[in-house]
Amino acid sequence: MIPVAFDYLRASSVDEAVAALAGAGEDAKILAGGQSLLPVLRLRLSAPSLLVDLGGVPELRGVREEGDSLVIGAMTTHDEVSTSPLVRQFAPLLATMAATIGDRQVRHRGTLGGSLSHADPAADMPAAAAAVEARYVLAGPNGRRVVPASDFAVDLFTTALGDDEVLVEVQVPKLEGWGSHYEKFHRMVQAWAIVGVAAMVRRDDGAIASARVTLTNMGPTALRATALEQALAGCAADRAAIEQACAVAAEGTSPRDDLTASAEYRRHLVQVLAGRAVAAAAGV
Amino acid sequence: MTVTEDRQVGAGRLRKEDARLITGRTQWTDNITLPGMLHMAILRSPFASARITSIDVSAALDRPNVVAAFTGADVADVQGSLPCAWPVTEDIVHPDRPPLAVDAVRYHGEAVAVVVARDRSSAMDALEAIDVDYEPLTPVLDLEEALADGSPLVHPDKGTNKSYTWIFDSAAAGTGTDAAAADAEVVIERRYVQQRLIPAFMEPRSVIVDPGAGEYTIWSATQIPHILRVFYALLTGTPEHKVRVIAPDVGGGFGGKLQVTPEELITFMAARRIGRPVKYTETRSDTMLSAHHGRDMIQDVRLTARRDGTVTGISVKLIANMGAYLGLVGPGVPILGAFMYNGIYKFPAYRFECTGVFTNTVITDAYRGAGRPEATYALERAMDDLGVELGLDPIEVRRRNWIKKEEFPFTTVAGLVYDSGDYDAATAKALALLGYDKLRAEQADRRASGDPVQLGIGTSTYTEMCGLAPSRILGALRYAAGGWETAAVRVLPTGKVEVVTGTSPHGQGHETAWSQIVADELGVDFDDVEVLHGDTRSSYKGLDTYGSRSLAVGGIALVEACRKVRDKARTVAAHMLECSPDDLEFTGGAFRVRGTPDAAKTIADAAFAVFAAHDLPDGIEASLDADATFDPQTFSFPHGTHLCAVEVDTRTGRVDIRKYVAVDDVGKVINPTIVEGQVHGGVAQGIAQALHEEAVYDESGTLVTGSFVDYTPPTAADLPDIVADRTETPATTHPLGVKGVGEAGAIAATPAVVNAIVDALRPFGVRDVPMPCTPERVWRAIRAGGAS
Ligand SMILES: Cc1cc2nc3c(=O)[nH]c(=O)nc-3n(C[C@H](O)[C@H](O)[C@H](O)COP(=O)(O)OP(=O)(O)OC[C@H]3O[C@@H](n4cnc5c(N)ncnc54)[C@H](O)[C@@H]3O)c2cc1C
Repeated sequence: MIPVAFDYLRASSVDEAVAALAGAGEDAKILAGGQSLLPVLRLRLSAPSLLVDLGGVPELRGVREEGDSLVIGAMTTHDEVSTSPLVRQFAPLLATMAATIGDRQVRHRGTLGGSLSHADPAADMPAAAAAVEARYVLAGPNGRRVVPASDFAVDLFTTALGDDEVLVEVQVPKLEGWGSHYEKFHRMVQAWAIVGVAAMVRRDDGAIASARVTLTNMGPTALRATALEQALAGCAADRAAIEQACAVAAEGTSPRDDLTASAEYRRHLVQVLAGRAVAAAAGV
Repeated sequence: MTVTEDRQVGAGRLRKEDARLITGRTQWTDNITLPGMLHMAILRSPFASARITSIDVSAALDRPNVVAAFTGADVADVQGSLPCAWPVTEDIVHPDRPPLAVDAVRYHGEAVAVVVARDRSSAMDALEAIDVDYEPLTPVLDLEEALADGSPLVHPDKGTNKSYTWIFDSAAAGTGTDAAAADAEVVIERRYVQQRLIPAFMEPRSVIVDPGAGEYTIWSATQIPHILRVFYALLTGTPEHKVRVIAPDVGGGFGGKLQVTPEELITFMAARRIGRPVKYTETRSDTMLSAHHGRDMIQDVRLTARRDGTVTGISVKLIANMGAYLGLVGPGVPILGAFMYNGIYKFPAYRFECTGVFTNTVITDAYRGAGRPEATYALERAMDDLGVELGLDPIEVRRRNWIKKEEFPFTTVAGLVYDSGDYDAATAKALALLGYDKLRAEQADRRASGDPVQLGIGTSTYTEMCGLAPSRILGALRYAAGGWETAAVRVLPTGKVEVVTGTSPHGQGHETAWSQIVADELGVDFDDVEVLHGDTRSSYKGLDTYGSRSLAVGGIALVEACRKVRDKARTVAAHMLECSPDDLEFTGGAFRVRGTPDAAKTIADAAFAVFAAHDLPDGIEASLDADATFDPQTFSFPHGTHLCAVEVDTRTGRVDIRKYVAVDDVGKVINPTIVEGQVHGGVAQGIAQALHEEAVYDESGTLVTGSFVDYTPPTAADLPDIVADRTETPATTHPLGVKGVGEAGAIAATPAVVNAIVDALRPFGVRDVPMPCTPERVWRAIRAGGAS
């Protein structure tokens, strides 16, 4: 299909993008990789009057170290996230997760910032970002603010971003000594997750000292499986014990019924997948 | 000298058309732009069933760049009704199918109004300004409810949702299924559901109509330019010689472009009204909504047998969803399957009954295999269950029933004469390639250890009737047209050859295969043959491409035309060599005097001689050209054995195909690379039906699988490696020995995969998983099975 006509601005700085958004109000949209926005426009589900393209803002792209954190620019593509040596060293969960997104073309166009801002409940990035406890840097007309992952996602396709704000970058605390894994379950190789589980595990010899588990597509936003995290703390690092702990993986979730799967099946699946993700993260 | 034969037939040549198809440096319909051409967009119904109380297009006319807008009411007296060429019974209920809905819509996506504008985006924008008032009605969606008393009616004026009931009964010839059932030692009764599929051809449909001065040139991404021309002439009142249809390169069809579409006729009406060329290219969402769908049947099957495994009869009751109207050959699709429910077996009794039903959905029609995949699925699933019931290996129960090599030609219970086949050989090869015994041992181990990942092996032995079709049989089945095919061979003065074929390739590689045949028949270079097709001006006669017919029918016409050329050339060559034609033999690409092979003349020599025409033998015209029309006397019957091993994760329900083996016997092979490609593609589509694809209408009749996000054909990454091998038992009914391969994979694969899944899950008490066997459905089947 063909989108409704719109104006197009290729911004050359974050300030220019923010100013353009502020000037246009609700009718303007940021364009990042276009992998979510363009399908929506083509199906005429949305008809913004202005697109502000961030593709020409070099400072938004790339990965750098800043003290205890990695900083990943919002326009860094999924492919860059999955292959970056820095990400692989300090936040390997993001790298392994990013490699599971869509297909090669999507990974070369789609961006970290676009994925987080779009806040699709089936998207993989938000759960992984929550598991690494990322902090999001937002720029608006009144300057910048930092929002923790837990406060960024508000609801289905809704985030803390104001209409005139741009997600600039994401800070990821460097973590060492943790194992991690992203377990994605989908029907087709290039399809969205029916359910995904991100797990980070710190071991203390034969036991799990501490675990973070986050879930994709088990509610309107990525969820933290707090009951499971508690059950795993101190749990023996063996498959049977982990699987047993994972019986609570669906607690506090509210998955939907849709064409690909029922809520009931998702609640079952998340237990099996959590067992696999945690076991892999714990190295057993 | 020694004469060497450099045979092209049988060589796995790369396809000569691929460079332009793969790079896109060719004419797809949508690439064509004519001077002054306008663009059309179509407004489609959001309702499955509604009365149209008013439509107002006036605001659309005020939108920028808009040239025209019209509705069904505006063209009601000229638009006529789209054709159904296969009214399978005398009393078939056959409602009108107007290209543009007039006062009622009967499926989600039906065309209700159009806008024509200077560019495509303006046309689409203006659709939003059209104002339609609908009075929604309760849609008819469920096949069995549609037949129940008191159901709402898709066509109230017809008083019924039943279109037809078509019956075949072997009792008429002596042996009936009821008698067999009375004596049966074992009865297998099953219901299978063929879900609705959407043919996902790569190139969306596109059409351009150019109304020249009193004659129309039409480009369409169609499989059937010749059939389309006839219908354009009949439906629009344009004299046939003033209609030229061109199917330029066409990107796939799978039966989905075997249709005379509303869009083609609407574009014609728009061009005629405005007097300028008009193009319509659909979006993928349009394809999903309005291109015909496939399958969608409920099959009730009863197999009766003796305890030694001998099947004594099969009876089949089908309910087939026609959609809201009858498509071009839609009613005949289940009838094509009617001759195949006995498969490769010697069943003595057979009864088949099919009822075609209207629902508020888009029409169903041919989709790769058309009727035969459905038949093979039901039969092969039931044969597996029979084996289990009797404690027989699935291969063994089949072997006890199939026709033996020495029993051909064999007249089946459905009345067809199978000319040749070797089911033992194909099966033996498949078993060896799969490593059947080893996998069975592994299966036993996994069962014993309670492995959460279980292994299953699925068998599918199939045959199909190909080479559609003997015209007299089509006539007897009430099909409106014949089944012959033509070819013309033109030898140019320099010895290059042009072949005109009536088949209409849309991805099959006819240019390559036809060139290989001509190269051998006429002794010319493969690269010196040009194959022309798909333009009714150069190829005025033909019946196009579907039903695995092109090579099995059109290829024979080509051979016959080549032989006529050769006979003419022989006379000329003899004259040049000053010998009698009888002294010449055609070897090594030339006519040679027997015993003196150095005295030789090629087709090119003869071609130049007739071009100059200075010295031709008496009574010989100055041309080597010839054409031929071949009407097969019978079908051809390729067969094969497909085996599939799956791993089923019983905790998630996920199915992974571990190994897939296809041993097909398609008769003589012209090009093994093309055959392998056809098998791969067909198997992919068969696997897709088993595991992935389903068109879903929700309870309001809205198509909810309207894009590739929800309707999910597998990509290469979702498919296993396919081990494709062959046995070769030539057809005995024509000179080429070929049998057809286009549909084989799609016919064989679906039951192989589902049988494998069920085989893996038998210990869990699972007997069936509805298609597509998604992880959730497999998981639910395991839970419902209630065992271990
Ligand atoms: C075929 C296909 C398969 C896919 N499969 C997956 C998958 O398996 N898993 C998965 O997670 N995703 C998948 N995606 C989505 C993909 O990851 C997208 O890249 C992502 O959802 C959006 O990123 P984008 O850069 O393309 O953003 P865009 O599409 O450009 O924008 C998306 C939305 O975010 C807003 N936005 C973008 N950047 C910013 C910013 N910096 N600040 C504020 N707002 C912003 C836009 O205004 C828009 O509303 C798939 C997409 C396709 C087309």
